[in-house]
Amino acid sequence: MYEHDVIVVGGGGAGLRAAIGAHEAGADVAIVTKLHPVRSHTGAAEGGINAALRDGDDWELHAYDTVKGGDYLTDAPAAETLAQDAPENVVQLENWGMPFSREDDGRMSQRPFGGLSFPRTTYAGAETGHHLLHTLYEQVVKRGITVYDEWYVTRLAVTDEDDPEDRSCHGCVAWDVQTGEIAGFRGRDGVILATGGDGQVFDHTTNAVANTADGVAMAYRAGVPIEDMEFVQFHPTTLPSTGVLISEGTRGEGGILYNSEGERLMFEYGYATNDGELASRDVVSRAELTEINSGRGVDDEYVHLDMRHLGEERIMDRLENILHLAEDFEGVDGLEDPMPVKPGHHYEMGGIETNENGETCIDGLYAIGEAACVSVHGSNRLGGNALPELIVFGGRAGRHAAGADVGEPEIPVGKSGDGIEESDVQYPVDPGSADETSAVVSGDTPDDVIDAAVEAETERIDGLLEKEDGVNHAEVRSKIQKTMTDNVNVFREEDGIREALEVIREAREEYQDVYVADKSRTFNTDLQHTIETRNVIDTAEIIAMGALAREEFRGAHWRKEFQERRDDEWLKHTCVSWNDGNPELWYRPVLLDGENKTYEPKERSY
Amino acid sequence: MSTQTPNTDAESDSPQAERMERKAERDDEARAKAGTDADERQITLKVFRYDPEIPDKQEPRFDTFEVPFEPGITVLDALIYARDTYDSSLTFRHSCRQAVCGSDALFINGSQRLGCQTQVADLDDSETVRVEPLPHRDVVKDLVVDMDHFYDQMESVEPYFSPTEEPDGEQLQSRENREKIKMSTRCIWCGACMSSCNIAAGDNEYLGPAAINKAYRFYFDDREDEQRQQERLEIIEQEHGVWRCQTQFSCTTVCPKDIPLTEHIQELKREAVKQNLKFW
Repeated sequence: MYEHDVIVVGGGGAGLRAAIGAHEAGADVAIVTKLHPVRSHTGAAEGGINAALRDGDDWELHAYDTVKGGDYLTDAPAAETLAQDAPENVVQLENWGMPFSREDDGRMSQRPFGGLSFPRTTYAGAETGHHLLHTLYEQVVKRGITVYDEWYVTRLAVTDEDDPEDRSCHGCVAWDVQTGEIAGFRGRDGVILATGGDGQVFDHTTNAVANTADGVAMAYRAGVPIEDMEFVQFHPTTLPSTGVLISEGTRGEGGILYNSEGERLMFEYGYATNDGELASRDVVSRAELTEINSGRGVDDEYVHLDMRHLGEERIMDRLENILHLAEDFEGVDGLEDPMPVKPGHHYEMGGIETNENGETCIDGLYAIGEAACVSVHGSNRLGGNALPELIVFGGRAGRHAAGADVGEPEIPVGKSGDGIEESDVQYPVDPGSADETSAVVSGDTPDDVIDAAVEAETERIDGLLEKEDGVNHAEVRSKIQKTMTDNVNVFREEDGIREALEVIREAREEYQDVYVADKSRTFNTDLQHTIETRNVIDTAEIIAMGALAREEFRGAHWRKEFQERRDDEWLKHTCVSWNDGNPELWYRPVLLDGENKTYEPKERSY
Repeated sequence: MSTQTPNTDAESDSPQAERMERKAERDDEARAKAGTDADERQITLKVFRYDPEIPDKQEPRFDTFEVPFEPGITVLDALIYARDTYDSSLTFRHSCRQAVCGSDALFINGSQRLGCQTQVADLDDSETVRVEPLPHRDVVKDLVVDMDHFYDQMESVEPYFSPTEEPDGEQLQSRENREKIKMSTRCIWCGACMSSCNIAAGDNEYLGPAAINKAYRFYFDDREDEQRQQERLEIIEQEHGVWRCQTQFSCTTVCPKDIPLTEHIQELKREAVKQNLKFW
């Protein structure tokens, strides 16, 4: 057993920042990641990091934009914490050497982004995430923080009390991808999940292959509510062939969207006449698909994003990476031709329910970054708000776990409390019920709990490896990806979502029969993908359940039958609890009371 | 105008599905046309295989997979196709598939490249694609190599910002200085350069192009002070540092991020001479 004060699961931006935070608060901290930290998906973020740094801007404006952009499903204390903490955190990154783009006077550059009332997106070319990830990893190296790279965490070690709010997390179980060794990791003061997004639930995504929602699924099966998962962000500008992201910075710098008629669609068809290309991502994604569905798409598949008029000098200075991506992955020279783009899965607004300090309802278990839902992004994340989320809440969770005082949280977690409401939605099939094995184990001491978890996980992995025949994970996974893309995409309707739930149920049953053809313990990616696939199934199911239940149109969640935001009934967070394998859907109220004001829901108009 | 999407699809049930159907039809037509033109083009993928644990696979060998050619197919796509279609034990690292995670550097038709960034059609011989693990690294299994030595070399140059005094608030940096270090900050730690370097192959202690480039990135960053710069120069100038480079340019040739590695190494050599003269 490996023992540390704090175990951080995941080595992307949030995990690295959490580790640094915990280390600075005096903890012995270790990072356990299935990749190597510099391979993490944070490196693919392009556009920038929002922070109110300049005269004329302030945190209150940033918080307001965030709540409004989230279509009032954002919890005010989360948005305000983000906006208040972001400036010092961004300056901290600068102090750690991050190579931000600069103004003539030497200060960090900022640029406009969709839905922002001030150009507060600080950036480093169009490769902000790459620089942020490497800068944080450098600081981890500097501090000598232990990193277990290519160790895949597959299970949490959580006690088996009936009520999840009485449970404790003492550590986790991981296997060394290189050798196959299965081991327990004890986190004396806490385990922080920083496992990233869930792009592999869909088949056209900007996300890395590694983004399989491992943390979300592990926390879910351990009893933590999973919040607002139906709010999946589709990014309006991804390359059609691969899903590779073309940064919103391209539109921020003045890039223009054209349909096949050569019309500037955001204006000519009146999708967002005031904001044009810089309307929020949900608006632009729907606009593009509506154009394509109306026969005004190029090759019936995409629209054009044109940046040629910006001039070579500006493009090279601020968007050079975009040129490389368009060339490498689409064979288009962005200086000479417009680039093909279409909406693709990009970001999961929902996630593991936490408060501002990253705590979940299980004692000792934290979650941060895209895996978590504080909730700061509500129903639609603003561009440039994911990176400050990583560093702000990553840092806070790290320090909190290490025992530092980061203030009392205002956001409640767990199922107890005021305003909790059960859902009475009828599902076409019993979701989840084909596999009831939960993640909790009994034991008297923390070490017993971890040992029991290791034993259970060893049994599962051995079982997968010993099985001689069955279904290949790739079949099951592609089934999920296809049905989610067909039915729970940008546009959604009841029949489609019901169909998706039925397919997910089928996939779950097929998964009972899954086997691993590769019998080697050495670097067994077949085994890894098989374990990940179960996480993909659970996550897809939570998304589809929430999408079916939410009968309104809010943020990224568009429903054909319900073309209005219905605050009277739906101003509330969707939560799904594991409940011994029978997913249970319930709601908790949104917190709109901020420090100095209440955020009154207004219609989002453009 | 509100956020409502104009309901232009009142008549059809699911415009998305209809559109995808039309597209699928078009793709079928295109495929049928291509088929009549030149039969189905196939790529022959020859992949290095080795597993230390499975008796049948302990002897290194090449396996051959036939993969259908499609416009835009990359070497990584071909490997994924082979793995998911023929042999799920085929092992290689990959994640972002957009040339930024640096995990799929491979030896493809005799050169170090990223699988995801390499279009099969762009290879000199695109009929037969030969994929091997990065040379000069221990093979863990199939195409996966041990990266520990590479990481150790990277970390040996103290690759982190560490000014003698903590800065107070936002530091200024000129555009010129940022431009100066820009290319050096693009490194994705893929290890292609190190694997292509003859010197690194023969001298295990040689810092190698990636680590020296990392040192360059900090050495020329004006936000660190002179004292720190001097300390960095000592690392760069050590016995197995910049002076080992014989300017063969192989690192520069293979770098997937176009970092002028050899130039950076030469620039640090010049800097070392200059600084040494100053202190002489």
